Amino acid sequence: MSHNNSRVKVEINNLKKYFPVKKGFLRKAVGHLKAVNDVSLRIKERETLGLVGESGCGKSTLGRTIIKLYAPTDGEVIFNNNGDSISVYDLGKKEMKKVRQNMQMIFQDPFSSLNERMTVMDNIIEPLVCNNIGNKKVRGDRAASLLKQVGLREGYLKRYPHSLSGGQRQRVGIARALSIKPKFVVADEPVSGLDVSVQAQILNLLKELQSEYKLTILFISHDLGVIRYIANRIAVMYTGKIVEIAKREKLLNSTKHPYTEALLSSVPKLGAKKDRIILEGTPPDPVELPEGCIFSSRCLYSQDICYNESPELTKQKGDHFVACHFSDSLDLRGIN
Amino acid sequence: MSKNSDVVLEVNNLKIHFFTDEGTVKAVNGIDFYLEKGKTLGIIGESGCGKSVSAHSILRLIPSPPGKIVNGEIIYHDSSLNKDNGVVHIEQLNKKGKEIRNIRTNKIGIVFQEPMSSFCPHYTIGHQVAEAILIHNDELNKEQAHEKTVELLKQVGIPKAADRINDYPHQFSGGMRQRAMIAMALSCDPEILIADEPTTSLDVTVEAQILELLEDIQAERGMAIMLISHNLAVVSEVADWVAVMYLGKVMEKAPVGKIINNPLHPYTKGLISSIPKLEGELEELQPIKGIVPNPIDMPLGCPFAPRCERKVSDLCDKEVPAEIEIKPQHYARCFIYSEEVE
Repeated sequence: MSHNNSRVKVEINNLKKYFPVKKGFLRKAVGHLKAVNDVSLRIKERETLGLVGESGCGKSTLGRTIIKLYAPTDGEVIFNNNGDSISVYDLGKKEMKKVRQNMQMIFQDPFSSLNERMTVMDNIIEPLVCNNIGNKKVRGDRAASLLKQVGLREGYLKRYPHSLSGGQRQRVGIARALSIKPKFVVADEPVSGLDVSVQAQILNLLKELQSEYKLTILFISHDLGVIRYIANRIAVMYTGKIVEIAKREKLLNSTKHPYTEALLSSVPKLGAKKDRIILEGTPPDPVELPEGCIFSSRCLYSQDICYNESPELTKQKGDHFVACHFSDSLDLRGIN
Repeated sequence: MSKNSDVVLEVNNLKIHFFTDEGTVKAVNGIDFYLEKGKTLGIIGESGCGKSVSAHSILRLIPSPPGKIVNGEIIYHDSSLNKDNGVVHIEQLNKKGKEIRNIRTNKIGIVFQEPMSSFCPHYTIGHQVAEAILIHNDELNKEQAHEKTVELLKQVGIPKAADRINDYPHQFSGGMRQRAMIAMALSCDPEILIADEPTTSLDVTVEAQILELLEDIQAERGMAIMLISHNLAVVSEVADWVAVMYLGKVMEKAPVGKIINNPLHPYTKGLISSIPKLEGELEELQPIKGIVPNPIDMPLGCPFAPRCERKVSDLCDKEVPAEIEIKPQHYARCFIYSEEVE
């Protein structure tokens, strides 16, 4: 990968996050759940990188570890903070707080991510209060203008979250994340609990706000349709590893990893012919990963080498990264 | 929909209201549909549109109070019954009586949305499936029921079924639990299978497995399936007919191809243009404006009028449009197709 730092907002190198598996009376660690297993990524400035994968593949853990909500097991994250390259994990608490003003998160569940005891106004300005930014008047004005931007009437400022619908709460969650004017936002399944008509409203809102705030977004979702709509590039994750990254249409049309192919064919399509690729079995247990390729046990094309050697994520033509021994020789079908 | 002898279940002008302290919620407010042997009816709608309530009412599973069937009929055509031409009025049965219990699972099976909360965590999967078999088949003993359970679990694709029947629900993955749920629903060879969001909590690769399984079982047994989902794409892949529900009413119903390629009702159109698609050109999403109104405080006229872009003022917000056959086999409730407006 090229080290063109002027355009890279977040650089993730060999990131690992293992959770200890504890057993017995003394709670001794008997193994590790490898939620994020050696992930390297570049997120470019002002792009939306879509991270897609099935439940339990580690996509949320990756998102949270990048902004240091979880302490990493190994690896580094370099964040481009107004031109300075900062290694996020080397920062102390105080310095981190400063840098974190530029990284925010939008959570999945709009029902548990807002403080029920605070008004909408207090929820939105909380990041400003924590970082001691502005006075009461400045914060109030900011909350009012944000609320308008996310499409809610000013009257909602004094209301409590319980009186809002799911879509309205998610709008408040977005306003809160933006109140501190971050540069980088991790959006973890921000629309998955919403009905499609509301989901479309929120997706369009996020697109608008991205260009207005010049945001870099890591957008995590299990829904490929949503990812396609919002992302410039797509990364596909499977059991703790990234298996394929490419520009949106490239990934969808000239798919190079067998897992991506199966994933694409599984997505129900409106009025399309049914020709799903049915994967046998389930993903491997992230505590006891197989030797060789993590997808080998379910792959339709696996050969001897796949069970013994783990393929590296390697660059192919046109910024297309694939982790598969046979990515050159396989002729996979994309969405069409 | 032209009726013929293959009709196994009919729902006519069904209204189910919930009488709560805050007011009356008209969860299902006059719906008509029927199920045919070997065919799948998809019911689609957003949360709160009444799709699950109408499904549960067929088995009389609506908690009462507060829920009540206030109007309409649910007719089950029981071919094994000699009296009354085999017609059973489900809405008139005692919901705790022998007759409805005989229909549940025996004649009409149901698959619930959340496979985790619909199994009891205290008993093994095998015990729970066998229990259903024993209750509904007096002639079988425990051993035979056990054998049949293993057979069923094999059929729905659970590997090493003979061992896995001794597992508890938490030892099954989400997809496996849903398979076990389907095995339980099929345990007494029902003529009708009601699947209430059977794949909603599952990953797409597992969802594909379950949809494939449902199709295979239907081809094998010729069951009528009622598939409820919020995901139009899921319905469009499996269903023959689709009914689109909004606030307790069926707004449009037609064979699946017509709904997808030529939707007539503004709500269906809005729904389709809200779905981010994976195939074809990338188009800007055109979401439906506003939000679903509070069901206690429903609009006076057409339930969709406050959000509708083609609203005819003084008409749509005052009167409820009737369901009319706008094109052959294509029904919708909308004034824009009525003659006076044109």
